[in-house]
Amino acid sequence: MAMLEFDNVEVFYGKVQALRGISLRVDEGEIVALLGNNGAGKTTTLSTASALVKAHSGKIAFNGADISKAQPWNVVGAGLIHVPEGRRIFSTLTVLENLQLGGYLVKDRSVVAKRIEHVYELLPLLAERRAQQGGTLSGGEQQMLAIGRGLIAGPKMLMLDEPSMGLAPLIVAQVMQVISEIRDQGTTVLLVEQNARAALKVTDRAYVIEDGVTTMEGKADDLLADPRIIDAYLGA
Amino acid sequence: MPRRTSPKRPTASVTATVCFADPKRILMVQVIWDGLFVGSFYALIALGYSMVYGIIKLLNFAHGDIYMLGAFIGFAALTSLGGIPATLSIGALLVVMLLSMVLTGGAGVLIERFAYRPLRGAPRLAVLITAVGVSFSLEYGIAAIAGPNPRAFPIRLEGNVFNIIGARISLPQIILILIAGVLMILLNFYVQKTSTGRAMRSISLDRNASLLMGINVNQVISRTFFIGSALAGAAGVMAGAYYGKIDFLMGFIIGLKAFTAAVIGGIGNIKGAMLGGLVLGFVEAFGSEWFGGQWRDVFAFAVLILFLTLRPTGILGERVTERV
Repeated sequence: MAMLEFDNVEVFYGKVQALRGISLRVDEGEIVALLGNNGAGKTTTLSTASALVKAHSGKIAFNGADISKAQPWNVVGAGLIHVPEGRRIFSTLTVLENLQLGGYLVKDRSVVAKRIEHVYELLPLLAERRAQQGGTLSGGEQQMLAIGRGLIAGPKMLMLDEPSMGLAPLIVAQVMQVISEIRDQGTTVLLVEQNARAALKVTDRAYVIEDGVTTMEGKADDLLADPRIIDAYLGA
Repeated sequence: MPRRTSPKRPTASVTATVCFADPKRILMVQVIWDGLFVGSFYALIALGYSMVYGIIKLLNFAHGDIYMLGAFIGFAALTSLGGIPATLSIGALLVVMLLSMVLTGGAGVLIERFAYRPLRGAPRLAVLITAVGVSFSLEYGIAAIAGPNPRAFPIRLEGNVFNIIGARISLPQIILILIAGVLMILLNFYVQKTSTGRAMRSISLDRNASLLMGINVNQVISRTFFIGSALAGAAGVMAGAYYGKIDFLMGFIIGLKAFTAAVIGGIGNIKGAMLGGLVLGFVEAFGSEWFGGQWRDVFAFAVLILFLTLRPTGILGERVTERV
C-alpha cells in the first residue's frame, strides 16, 4: 500500500518553478532514497509534503488522504514527520526540551516520556546530554537529536533531509545504522541524500531527481550498478 | 596636580563614621524602594513587549495603549458596579483586575488577528507602522468614547504607611508589588514548564522548525498576545487604583519606558524584561534623587540610547554557546 504518493506535483517560488511535475510513491515499511544534485528539488519535495511549501498543482496523498491543502500541524498529526536539512535544533533549549517539543501534538504525557526513554536507548549519547543546550552538541550529536526528536511524535513515516551533511564518514555510518534500525522497528523512511553511496547501502529503492522531475527510479542494488548513476552520483 | 585630590580625603573618612545617623542613608532606602515599585510596573508591561518581539519580531507600539485600555476597562467596571465600601476595595480591585486582564487579553488577540497577521511576511517596517496606527486607534478611540479629559479612578488604594529602616512604604505599594511578583512568577512557570511555553520559545528561535514539530504557530502567537496584553491590562488597573487618575494618553510614555526596559534586559528575553524593568526603575529613582525629578525621563531614555549603541542585545540577550 502506498504510504506517501506524489502525483504530478508542481511548486513555484515566485516565478521560479522548483518542481516540474514530480510523481513518486513510498510504500509502507519501505526505505526509499531521493537522490540528486544541489537545487534539483529534493528539499522542496519534502517541504511540500510537510506543507511548509504549498503545491501549485498536483496531488499529495498520505495514507490515502489528500494532504496537498493541509496545514503543517495536520501533516504532523497524521504521522508524517519531516526532519529538516541542517538539523534545526532549538539551540538554547535543552536536549530534553527539544525532544519534548517533538511530542507537541501527543496529548498523553506518559507516552511522550516513554518515547523519550526509547530514544535514549536508541541514542545513548543523548541521554548523557539531556540537560545540555542543544546548540552545544557536536554536528553528529545534533543530527541524532534531530532524528530522535522526529521519533517522539510516533511517526508512521519519517522524511530525513540530508542527515549525513557535514559529518565525518564514521558518523555518517552511525547515522545510517540508526536509520535502518528505525525502519526495522516499523517506520517507513524517505531519505534525501547527496551522499548517494551511503544512502543506497541502506535503502530498498531510490528515485533520482533532476531539475524538478524524477528521471530514474529503481532498486538500490540496480542503481548502485547503473553506469549513469555511477558517473553522476557515485564518482569513479 | 595633587591640589585636586588632597582636600577630599579627610571628608570621606568623616562621613564614613557617621554613616548610620546620616539622613542620606535613610533616603537611600527610600530611593531603592521607589525604584523597585516603579520598576515592577515597568517589568509587567515590558514582558508583553518582549514576548511579542521574541515570537514575531515585532515592536508592538500599541502595547502601551493596551495598558491604558486596561485602566479604562477597570474604570468602567468599577463605575458600573456603583459604590463599593472602602473595606472591600482590595477584593474589588482583584476582581476588576481579572476582568480587565481577560478583556485586554482578548483585545490583544483581536489586534494580532486583524492588524498584524495579514501582514505576516510583509516587510517589518510595514508591520511597525501598522502598530503605530493601532496605537493611535486605541488612544483616540478611547478619547471618543470616554472623553478626552482625565477621569478619577473610582477606588483609590489607601492604607497604612510603614516606616521600614527609614523609608516610607505604604500598604498599597506592598500589595501591588506582590501582585506584580505573583503574575511574573506564574508567567515564568508557564513559559519554562508548560508545553505552550516551550512552543513559544521554539517559535522565537526557529518558526519553520516549530511547524515541523506540529506546533500550530498561529494559536501560540495568539496566546502570546493574550498573555502579554493581559499583563499590561493588569498594570493599567493597578496604576489607576494607585495614582487615582487615568487618561487616554497615559499609555504613551509608559509604553516607551517599557520598551526601554525590554531593551535593557535583552529584548525577546522574558527574564530580561523583568530585570530591565527593575533596572530602569532604579535608574529613574536614583537619577531623579540626585539630579531632580524633571530629569527622570531624560535618564530613562539616555539609558535606552546607551544600550542601543553599546549593547543592543541587552543585559541577558543572546548568551548562546553554539557549535557549528
